[in-house]
Amino acid sequence: MALLQIAEPGQSAAPHQRKIGVGIDLGTTNSLVSTVKSGEANTLADEFGQHLLPSVVQYSKESVVVGSKALAASNTDPVNTIVSVKRFMGRSLKDVTAHWQNLPYQFKADSQNPVFQTAGGVVNPVQVSSQILSALKERAEASLADEITGAVITVPAYFDDAQRQGTKDAAQLAGINVLRLLNEPTAAAIAYGLDSKEEGVIAVYDLGGGTFDISVLRLNKGVFEVLATGGNSALGGDDFDHALVEHVINELKLDIEIQKRYHRDLMNAAKQTKQNLTDAESSEFVVDLADGQQLNLNITKDTFNQVIDSLVASTIVACKRTLKDADVTIDEVNNIVMVGGSTRVPVVREKVAAFFNKTPLTSIDPDKVVAVGAGIQADILVGNKPDSDMLLLDVLPLSLGLETMGGLVEKIIPRNTTIPVAKAQEFTTFKDGQTAMMVHVLQGERELVDDCRSLAKFTLQGLPPMTAGAAHIRVTFQVDADGLLNVTAMEKSTGVQAEIQVKPSYGLEETEIMEMLKSSMQNAKQDMQARMHKEQQVEASRVLEAMYSALAEDGNELLSEAERKVIDDALNQLAQDAQHADTETIKKSIENVDQLTQDFAARRMDKSIQLALSGQSVDDI
Amino acid sequence: MNYFSLYNLPEQFEVDLDKLKQNYQTLQKMTHPDRFASASDQQKRLTMQKNAQVNDGYTVLKSPISRAEHLLQLRGLELASEQETVGNVEFLMQQMEWRESLEDANDVASLQLLAQQSDDDIQVQTQALSALLATQTDEDNKTAAEKLREMKFLFKFKSEIESKLDGLDA
Repeated sequence: MALLQIAEPGQSAAPHQRKIGVGIDLGTTNSLVSTVKSGEANTLADEFGQHLLPSVVQYSKESVVVGSKALAASNTDPVNTIVSVKRFMGRSLKDVTAHWQNLPYQFKADSQNPVFQTAGGVVNPVQVSSQILSALKERAEASLADEITGAVITVPAYFDDAQRQGTKDAAQLAGINVLRLLNEPTAAAIAYGLDSKEEGVIAVYDLGGGTFDISVLRLNKGVFEVLATGGNSALGGDDFDHALVEHVINELKLDIEIQKRYHRDLMNAAKQTKQNLTDAESSEFVVDLADGQQLNLNITKDTFNQVIDSLVASTIVACKRTLKDADVTIDEVNNIVMVGGSTRVPVVREKVAAFFNKTPLTSIDPDKVVAVGAGIQADILVGNKPDSDMLLLDVLPLSLGLETMGGLVEKIIPRNTTIPVAKAQEFTTFKDGQTAMMVHVLQGERELVDDCRSLAKFTLQGLPPMTAGAAHIRVTFQVDADGLLNVTAMEKSTGVQAEIQVKPSYGLEETEIMEMLKSSMQNAKQDMQARMHKEQQVEASRVLEAMYSALAEDGNELLSEAERKVIDDALNQLAQDAQHADTETIKKSIENVDQLTQDFAARRMDKSIQLALSGQSVDDI
Repeated sequence: MNYFSLYNLPEQFEVDLDKLKQNYQTLQKMTHPDRFASASDQQKRLTMQKNAQVNDGYTVLKSPISRAEHLLQLRGLELASEQETVGNVEFLMQQMEWRESLEDANDVASLQLLAQQSDDDIQVQTQALSALLATQTDEDNKTAAEKLREMKFLFKFKSEIESKLDGLDA
């Protein structure tokens, strides 16, 4: 495999420069951070020895509190204490309130997106999530006594573009360099695969607090290939609690006043009862009322199983559908990995075992397995394991399409396509002299626009005026390895690059992020400038290092003398600018090198590919 | 973009699928963005584009329909953009007949029979297509394009049978 190293000049970090990569499981109920130390990935504890950080943030007048303290406050101060914020990420206020009634929050009325009005100010889900991420970052840096290079953050495989973008924005806001957004089930499989050297087909059943994912993966010689993913980004253990609360409300005929006032207490009692029933045959559902009285109902395991039966059954339907998508039969599945605290519920394990006709694997702590996998991946991505053969091939979880005439959706990239992917689609104008065009991007499997998630609307502007149907506008949709969409457009006959204004339907615009970033920092301006200057210097040295080693390897072979000189001059200039120039000049200098070396980089890539493939055919003989 | 040359495979309809898969894995290991997570932005951009081509190329070369379409495209015949429809009346008549049988078929056995029938037909057509593409004459390329349009009908029909079978299953 020595040949492969030709294409990897960026990874030639010297051994003593060990970088720290962390894995972050940003969960609905709890979050964790992990890292690889002495070859083993472990989750990191806080100063009290706790690994799980409750994903709860309390915004009081004086301060922002994250974790257990905030969780404790959720009973007494529900309006200002945001619980399960992951459910709000990339969603509209309408989505949220339609799905979960009786939420204790005060939402800003004039906003399409859910915006919380708290004693500590007005905050959105991205800001709340960034508080959780900051707390984890601080924990990691305190625990490791070093700065972290970057993080792999996990998301449910079923998260759409808006939800993924929101997660990435939250990380940016927390000052975390995101190495990759990784699907949670894939992360679990990494942890599991490396621990047990598993090969074959694996189903990962992940039932967390607020989300359900089922993924089917094939593991072969270190290559993890996601064959298909499915699930429901709005179903989880919290729904078990909700269902149990509904049951109690009906049985005890509780009026709406009591329901509202004791919402959080009822939910906590439900959670406690659920946990008790993991080992016990029955448990008391108890809520203390302010007047000294008590709500009390005995819940048997059978009753609980009945209450959650339809919820568990719907996860099995999703399993069936996903196996079909993966083109895999039940018998072909070698193992089932259980992830998420809700898989501790015995009836869940029983139903999953019955469906797959195999005992699911539960040896790795279902709460930690995702974070552990993310930590392993982060260690590889920061470059600590250049010889690792491990490779993740992930897929697009939901189809991407465009609105066409009559409110229909035309699919451009079908779900379960391996990412990254780029697809182009051609459009034309329908009026003479038309110079602009509206494009509506959607995500989902349904045929009608109204049934899919609206991702973005953008306008192609500056089209040359032509007769109707004469313009050929080529719109390219690119989905990167994080599953995030990027759109570019070009008028083909004239080569005019059309201007695109992407307006995210839910979530935040770039300027809003920058605003939040600024306001989140004290002495905003200097800090921002210092940070950006440092970032440009780091990028400059990265570019230089990569180019020097590229030139040493292939400069003589792939470049003429004249070409070589142009590149050498540009590199010398960049080396100087990186030391002495201001941020903007370094940036320009990097762009200049970038521009001048594009052909060379492409030639090297093609050369190394040819070498690798022909080398392989020699092996075959 | 010539996906045959990207995959170092001979530019022909018959493809060694094992070799394709093997080269796919090699190309993945060389171009996947995870291998360049700490590289420069330029390197990241370049490899992401290359990796997207690797992914698309694999999808195109894997399936006989898209592989044939790609091959014809390399020979100057664009199928995707043209508006031409199937002109073979006999074929269309047969399709209508089959569609009627599909509408009438409401049990697993008769649907499986139809599926078998269409599988056989696809196999026959694939062989014919392969022979036409092998000669590389303009005439045969055009006939191959016609055949390919017909085969798209067959594959669509096949997937309709399958989704009806799924419906009975659920």
